[in-house]
Order: sequence, then C-alpha cells, then structure tokens
Amino acid sequence: MKDNELFLTASSSPHIRTKEDVGVIMRDVVIALVPAFGCALYFFGINALILVTSSVLSAVIAEGLIQKLTKKPITINDWSAVVTGLLLAFNLPPSAPWWLAVIGSAFAILIVKHTFGGIGQNFMNPALAARAFLLASWPTKMTAGFVLPRTLDGVSSSTPLAMLYAADATATATAEASATLTAVDLPSYMDLFLGNVAGVIGETSAIALLIGFAYLLYRGVISWRIPVIYIGVVGLMTFVFGANGLFTGNGIYHILSGGLMLGAIFMATDYSSSPVTPRGQIIFALGCGILTSVIRLWGGYPEGVSYSILLMNVAAPLIDKYTIPKIYGEVKANA
Amino acid sequence: MKFGKIMMNGIFKENPTFRLLIGMCPTLAVTTAAINGLGMGLSTAAVLIGSNAVIALLKDVIPSKIRIPAFVVVIASFVTILGMLLKAYVPALDKSLGLFIPLIVVNCIILARAESFASKNGVISSIADGLGMGLGFTLALTILASIRELLGAGSIFAISIMGSAYEPAIIMILPPGAFLTLGLLLGLINKLTEKTQ
Repeated sequence: MKDNELFLTASSSPHIRTKEDVGVIMRDVVIALVPAFGCALYFFGINALILVTSSVLSAVIAEGLIQKLTKKPITINDWSAVVTGLLLAFNLPPSAPWWLAVIGSAFAILIVKHTFGGIGQNFMNPALAARAFLLASWPTKMTAGFVLPRTLDGVSSSTPLAMLYAADATATATAEASATLTAVDLPSYMDLFLGNVAGVIGETSAIALLIGFAYLLYRGVISWRIPVIYIGVVGLMTFVFGANGLFTGNGIYHILSGGLMLGAIFMATDYSSSPVTPRGQIIFALGCGILTSVIRLWGGYPEGVSYSILLMNVAAPLIDKYTIPKIYGEVKANA
Repeated sequence: MKFGKIMMNGIFKENPTFRLLIGMCPTLAVTTAAINGLGMGLSTAAVLIGSNAVIALLKDVIPSKIRIPAFVVVIASFVTILGMLLKAYVPALDKSLGLFIPLIVVNCIILARAESFASKNGVISSIADGLGMGLGFTLALTILASIRELLGAGSIFAISIMGSAYEPAIIMILPPGAFLTLGLLLGLINKLTEKTQ
C-alpha cells in the first residue's frame, strides 16, 4: 500500500465524495419537522403525541419486517421510515384513532414504498398516497375529526378552508344566514400564521413549517424552486380568481390555510417522486399550484394539496423525460 | 385421464386470471362481494362450455377468414340465453352484475379459448377446456371477491366475519381495492409457485 501512494491513482469519476448519505438527509428532514411537531403537541395535546408515536413506530416496524422477509439489507437506521411516519401522522385530524395512523404508515411503507422496490423507487410520495388510501377507506374518520386547538374536551370545528369553501359557495349561490355567519367567524391571519386553527395536526402552523423550510434550505437538502413556486402560484391564482370577481380573492388566506405549506415544503420536494432537473421542478411546481388552486376554487373538495401533488408525482417521469438538459450547446449558467 | 388433465390445466397451470391475465375487466369490476364473484365466474363458465362445444362441432364448416365473427355469433347466442335465464331465476344476482352479463360476449377468455383451443380440438376436449377455464376463472374471482368483501365490508358471502367492532376499509370495495388485491395476489401466487416451475 505504501508504494501505491507514490503513484497517481487512476479511477473514474467522481473523485470527491461527500459524507452525506440518505441517513444525513433524512435526519435533516426530521429536524426540520420538529417545530411543526412541537406546535402539534402544543395545540392538539396528547392525541397528537399518540398519533405521531404510533405512526412512526408502525412505519419503522413495517420497514424492518418487509426487509427481513424479502431478505434485503435492513435500513431502518436511515430515518426515511421515520420521515414517512411523521408526515403521515401530520396529515391526520387530531381526533383520529391510533389504528388509523398504524394502518396508514404500514400501507405507505409496505405498498407504496416497498412493492415498488424500496427507497428511491416509489413513484408517489408514500405518506400522501397513504393519506389518500385512508381518505378513501375511512372518509368519516379522516374528515370529521377536526377540533379547535387547545380545547381539552375537543370542541369540533371546521377547518378554515372548509369555512371559506362554504362561504364562497353561498356568495355565489343562495345567501344563507348560517353560512354568512361562518364567514365572519373565519380565524384571523395571526391565528393561521401561528397555527391556532382547526386542521390536521401538522399543517396548522405556518411559522413552524417555515422554520423547517429555512433549515432545509440552509442545509441544502431541498431547493427553493418547488415550494416557492408552488405556494406563489396558489397565492396568485386564488387572488386573481376571487369569489366576487377578478383580483378580489384572498391569496394570503389561501397560502396560510390548509395543507399547502406542509405539502409544498415537505411532500412535493420528495426526491424520488419529483423531477430531477431544475426546469422540470419548475414545471412540477406550476402544475401542483394550478391543480391545487383549481380544486380549492372550483372543485368538490375544500382542499386539494394532496391530490395535486399525487397527480404531479405521476407526471414527474414524463416531465423529467422532456426536460433532460442538453450536454452540448446551450445550457444556462444556473441550470 | 385426458379430460381431467385438460380441465386441471385451466384451473391451475393456465388459470385465466392468475396465469394468463385475461378477462381483467369483469375480474376488477364485479368482485366487490363474494357472491358477485362466484356468480360472474359461473356465468362465464356456462357460456364458455357452451361456446367451446358448439365451436368445436362447427370448426370444419366455418371458413377461416370469417371465423371471428362466427365465434362471436355463437358466444353472443349463449350470453343471450344466459342473460334471460339469470333474469328469470336469479333476478337479484342479475341486478348486481348488471351490464357485465351482456359484456361476457366480449370477455377475451371466451374468444381466446374458441380461437386457440376449441377451433383445433374435438368436442369432448373442448368441453373439458371450457369447464377447466370456467372453474379457474370462478375460483380466481371468488378468492378475489372474498378478500375484498372481507376487508371492505367485514363479511364473506354476506356472513359477518370481522364482528361489529371492525371498521371496514371502504377502499377495498372501490376500484383501487380491486387493483391492490389483484396485484398483491399475483405477487403472492408467483412467489409460492416460483420453485415448482
């Protein structure tokens, strides 16, 4: 070996290797989710803790089991199952039963992730696909369990978007006294920003999610493109197409409410189900933003983040195919 | 001996659903409850046996250029007879299978067996093939439908299995549940038969 050091080693590229691996990146994502987890605990209390714990445990155990059964290397130490479990729990209403989290996480890991070959092979975001599965399986459990934060006995309440949806429906259709009342009862911007509103446990606090976003940007785990463009498009479209005519919509309200922040920062940026190229990521984010706005403004559901991201997940390979950068010729400086 | 062998071939080795993967439309669409799966399977089997027998009889007088339309006429006749019988004697099943009964005409299992088996073999062998394929299809549909009904409604053949505390996963009796169940079953069967092949 000593003799070798005198010579130049001839090897193919890459020559410089980073210490970063899946574990480091996934740990960063978990760290970025901690503020939102804190808010979930603060606003929704012990139930949030039960949901997150059962979801994460189920995800990790499912990953270990399936890898053991299929005789693959067991990678539960790389934190990726923890991320999936956390994100799924964040997508559940606070009064959801614990078994919903367990089944959802197991579905995310076993069906969405491992039947397609494990980490990096899933064509959809596992947590979101599992959410869609739960929503189709137990619709009442997934949509009726919203409570006002910090109410010990769990006063049930609609989410801000559901209120907005109902108010918009009456503004355009028949005016109904009770619905106009809920329009007045809409939570304030400050409550939305801090997370003091009804919703699934991880989505309510915009500030906590933004802190996570800043950390991920600082660590270079994700690029700004998908979240910023996604959120920007939703803000713009919901502002332009307001209920009372063009340019009257409340874009800020739409940005701060619902699962937009959670989806745009943590779900739409999933490596294996979003495009690789910068141009592709821009198209992906535009698509997510347009679909979310269309569903929120004209669709049958008050919220459309998860379905938008899932639809664009499916389109990601196609986007990648058409945005392969040219090796020779005109490649933009930052592309 | 030969009769049994041809029949077993249809049920296991060349099971139309799990091995040949044909006739997917009724397989995915009607398997929401075990009784529907069984009914659909038996209906298809009845048509298959009849059409196989008649086509095997007529194979020498059907000009090969127009054999497909001729096969379809034979199959459609049997489907029409079957549809009327179901309407008369089991109206409940007829109602729950609905459009999928007349659609048996275009079920590719039947046309495939007519083309690849009945038009090349004798009457007895063709009946054995129709019986085997039909039972194989019935078996597959009943298994698929039982799993979906169990998870999606908590029962099999409308007999409650899971108890009242069970919260049925509605997705299993919706179209995605059909794809999920079929995909996982295919994987499982491939895994189990890996060594024997």
